[in-house]
Amino acid sequence: MQRENTMNILQRNHSGRVRHRRHSTEATPDINGPGGANLLVNDQNKYKSMFVRARSSLWMLLGFSLVVYMGHLYICGLIVGIQIFMARELFNLRKQANEDRQLPGFRLLNWYFFFTAMLFAYGRFVSQQLVNTVASDKPLYQVVNGLIKYQMFICYFLYIAGFMWFILTLKKRRYKYQFGQYAWTHMILLLVFAQSSFTVANIFEGIFWFLLPASLIVVNDVAAYFFGFFFGRTPLIKLSPKKTWEGFIGASFATILSAFMLANILGSFQWLTCPRKDLSTGWLHCDPGPLFKPKSYPLPGWLTTDNACSSFHFFQFSWKEFSVMPVQWHALALGLFASIIAPFGGFFASGLKRSFKIKDFGDTIPGHGGFTDRMDCQMMMAVFAYIYHQSFVVSQGFPVEMILDQILNHLTDEEQHDLHFLLGRILHERQLEQQ
Amino acid sequence: MKESSYSDTSNYLGRVRHRKHPSEVSPDADKANRSNLLVNDRNKYKSMLIRAYSSVWMIGGFSFIIYMGHLYIWALIVVVQIFMARELFSLLRRSNEERQLPGFRLLNWHFFFTAMLFTYGRFLTRQLVNTVTSDKLLCQLVSGLIKYQMFICYFLYIAGFVWFILTLKKKMYRYQFSQFAWTHMILLMVFIQSAFTVANIFEGIFWFLLPASLIIINDIAAYFFGFFFGRTPLIKLSPKKTWEGFIGASVTTLLSAFVLANIMGHFQWLTCPRKDLSTGWLHCDPGPLFKPEYFSLPALMHQWFPWKEVAILPVQCHALAFGLFASIIAPFGGFFASGFKRAFKLKDFGDSIPGHGGITDRMDCQMVMAVFAYIYHQSFVMPPSFSVETFLDQIIRNLTIEEQQLLYEQLGNFFQARQWLQA
Repeated sequence: MQRENTMNILQRNHSGRVRHRRHSTEATPDINGPGGANLLVNDQNKYKSMFVRARSSLWMLLGFSLVVYMGHLYICGLIVGIQIFMARELFNLRKQANEDRQLPGFRLLNWYFFFTAMLFAYGRFVSQQLVNTVASDKPLYQVVNGLIKYQMFICYFLYIAGFMWFILTLKKRRYKYQFGQYAWTHMILLLVFAQSSFTVANIFEGIFWFLLPASLIVVNDVAAYFFGFFFGRTPLIKLSPKKTWEGFIGASFATILSAFMLANILGSFQWLTCPRKDLSTGWLHCDPGPLFKPKSYPLPGWLTTDNACSSFHFFQFSWKEFSVMPVQWHALALGLFASIIAPFGGFFASGLKRSFKIKDFGDTIPGHGGFTDRMDCQMMMAVFAYIYHQSFVVSQGFPVEMILDQILNHLTDEEQHDLHFLLGRILHERQLEQQ
Repeated sequence: MKESSYSDTSNYLGRVRHRKHPSEVSPDADKANRSNLLVNDRNKYKSMLIRAYSSVWMIGGFSFIIYMGHLYIWALIVVVQIFMARELFSLLRRSNEERQLPGFRLLNWHFFFTAMLFTYGRFLTRQLVNTVTSDKLLCQLVSGLIKYQMFICYFLYIAGFVWFILTLKKKMYRYQFSQFAWTHMILLMVFIQSAFTVANIFEGIFWFLLPASLIIINDIAAYFFGFFFGRTPLIKLSPKKTWEGFIGASVTTLLSAFVLANIMGHFQWLTCPRKDLSTGWLHCDPGPLFKPEYFSLPALMHQWFPWKEVAILPVQCHALAFGLFASIIAPFGGFFASGFKRAFKLKDFGDSIPGHGGITDRMDCQMVMAVFAYIYHQSFVMPPSFSVETFLDQIIRNLTIEEQQLLYEQLGNFFQARQWLQA
C-alpha cells in the first residue's frame, strides 16, 4: 500500500487527483535504474492495482446483478442515480471556484436544467407506462393524462424560464465564463440524458435489451484488459497509450462469441425478455415473441460422425441439430458494435480528459475513477441498442398486437366501439365484393 | 461614407458596424455637443434610411416567397439555415489552428448534412410518402429509407464521431473539443428552430407567417417607439433598448396579432395544410378555428362602429397568446445574442445585410418564436393524432387482410371480456 502511494505522489497533477492505472506496456518514467530490481516492483504494483480493480469490479457486478433481479423500476432508479452522479462530476469539471463565488445561484441553474431535462426525457419515454399504472384511480388518471398531454409545453416553459433566468443573471465581465458554462451544461445534459432515456426505454421493452448490451461492454472491457495484460505489445492509438492491438482484437473475438452465447442464456428467462407495460414490480409472464423461440438447425453430417476429433465429444455434438434463437443473430450485430465502435466512446473520454489535463473524471470508484469513466462506452452502446431495437427488432414483432395496444390505450371506449363497427363493415363489404 | 469615421469601435476581427441610437452618445461627441447634434441627427436618419432600405427588400422578397408556396418557403428556410450555420461556424474559428487541421471544416458540414437528413426526414415523412405514391419503385425506395431513417442518420453521425476522434492531434485537443462542442450547439440551435418552422409550414402557412410577422412588427415598433420616445434603458446587456420601446412594442404587437390573425385567416392559401410536396393551389375545409363567430357589440359601441356585430375567428384568441409571447419572451432571444456577442467581443455575427448585420442577427428572436409556435400548435391547436380515422387508415394500409380479421376478432373478444368484468 505504501509503495503504491509513493509511486502515485510522483504522478500528481494540478487538480490533485491521483490515480495512475498501471499497465504492462507503460513504464513509469521515474524508474529508470537497473532493470532487474524494478521489474519486480513493476510486477508487484501491476498485480496490486489489478487486485484493486478486480475487487471494485466484483462489487459493482454484484450490486448490478441484485438490481437486475429486483426489476425494471429499480433499474430505472439505478440509472437515475448514476445520471445524477455523472452530471455532478461533469458539472464540476469546468467550474472555476473563483468565478463561481461572484455568481451565486448559477450552480442552481445547472440543476434546474437537469430537472427539466429529466421531466422531459422520462415523460416522453415512460408516459405509456405511467398512464397504465394509474389507470385504476380515476382522478389521478385525469391529472396524469393532462400532464402528459401538455408535457412538451410544460417542459418548454420550464426551459424558457431557465433561459430567461440565465439572461437576467448575466454579469458584466463574466459573460464569456457564463456562456461557456451554459453551453457546457447543455452538452452534458444532452450526453447524459440521451443515453439514459434510451436505456430506460429499452428496459421497459424487456431487461434483455438493456442487460445484453451492457454485459457486452463489460465483457469487452474485461477481455481487453486481460488480453492486454498478458499479450499487449503494439499500441493502438496515441490518445490512449494503454490500449493495444492485441487487447483490441482479442476482446473483439471474445465479445462476439459471448454475444452469441449470452443471448441464448439470457433469452431463456421470461423476467428478462418480457416487456413491462406499467410501473409495477411483480413477476412477469408473457409470450416472448418469435425472437426468443429457439429454431433448430440440423448440423452438417460430418460433425456428428465418429470421424470427428475425440475432443468434440466435450461439446456434445452427439446431437444431430442445435437450436438457435433468432435473437442471437441480433446479438451478433450488438457484439460487433460493442467491440469495434463502442471503444471510441472511451477514446473520446480520454481525449477530453487530456484536453482538460485531468487523470480521471472523479474518484468515486477505487481503481476505476469516476462514474463517467465507467459509463463512457456504455453511453454509446445504449444509444445504439435503442436505435437498433427501434429499427430492426420492433418492426418484426406482432403488428396486430401493437396496433391493438395503441387502440386500447389511446381511444375512449366509445371510439373503440366505433372503430370496431367501422372495421367490421369494411371487412364485410370486402367479403361481399369477393363473392 | 461618413460611417467609416465610426471605425474606432472595430474589434480584432475587423468587423465594423455601429448601430446608432438616440440614447447612445458616441464618446467623441461629448465635447462639442451643439455642433455635433446636427451631425448626430443626420447620421441617425441616414442609418435609419439604410435599415429601412434593406428591411423593405427583405420584406418584399419574403412576401414573394410566401406567394410562391410551401415548397419555396422550405427552400428559403434551408438557405437561411446554411448561411446562419456558415456565419456561426466561422465565428470561433482561429485561422492559425485551422491551418494545421485540414479537413476539419469538412467535418462541420458532414454533421450539418446529417442533421438535415435527420430533421427533415422526421418532420416531412408524411409529405414525402404522399408525393411519391404514384411511382411504385420510388415509393418502395422512399419507404425503405424512411423506415431505417433513424438508423442511417445514427450511422452517419457515428462515422463523423469516429472521424473526429481519428483526427485528434496532440496539443490541439482543447481547440478540437471546443470546436466539436460548438458545432453541436450551433446545429442544435439552427436545426431545432428550422425543423419546427418547416413542420408548422406544412400545417398551414398561417402558423409560420403569423409568428414571423409578429416578431417583425415587434422589432419595428420597438425601434420606432425607442427612436421617438426612448429614455429609460431596459437592460444592461443591450443599451440600445428602452422601456418605452418595449412597452409600446408590446401593445402594438398584441393589437396587430388580433387584427392580423383575422386578415390572414381568410386566405385558404395560408390556412390549408399541405399533405404532400406539390406546389399547386390548395382548397380545403379550414376547420372550426377559421370559421368566424359573430358577437353582437354592446349598445355603447354602436356610436363608433357602424356594424352591429363583430366577426371573430377563434384563431384570434390563439393569436393573442402568440402576441404575448412575441412581445415579452421573444426579445430574450435578442438579449441572448447580445450577451453572446459581448462575451466574444463581436459587434455582429456577420455583415450580409446592410444596416442589420448578419443573418443570425435578424433570426435571433425568430428562433425562439418558431419553437414556441410549434410547441403551442402541437399542444393546443392540432387535433389529436390518435383518432378513429387515423387508426382505420393505419389498419387498412399496414395490415394484410388476415391480420385485419385477426384484429377485428381480438377487439371483439376484448369488448366481451370487459363487459363481463363490469357486470
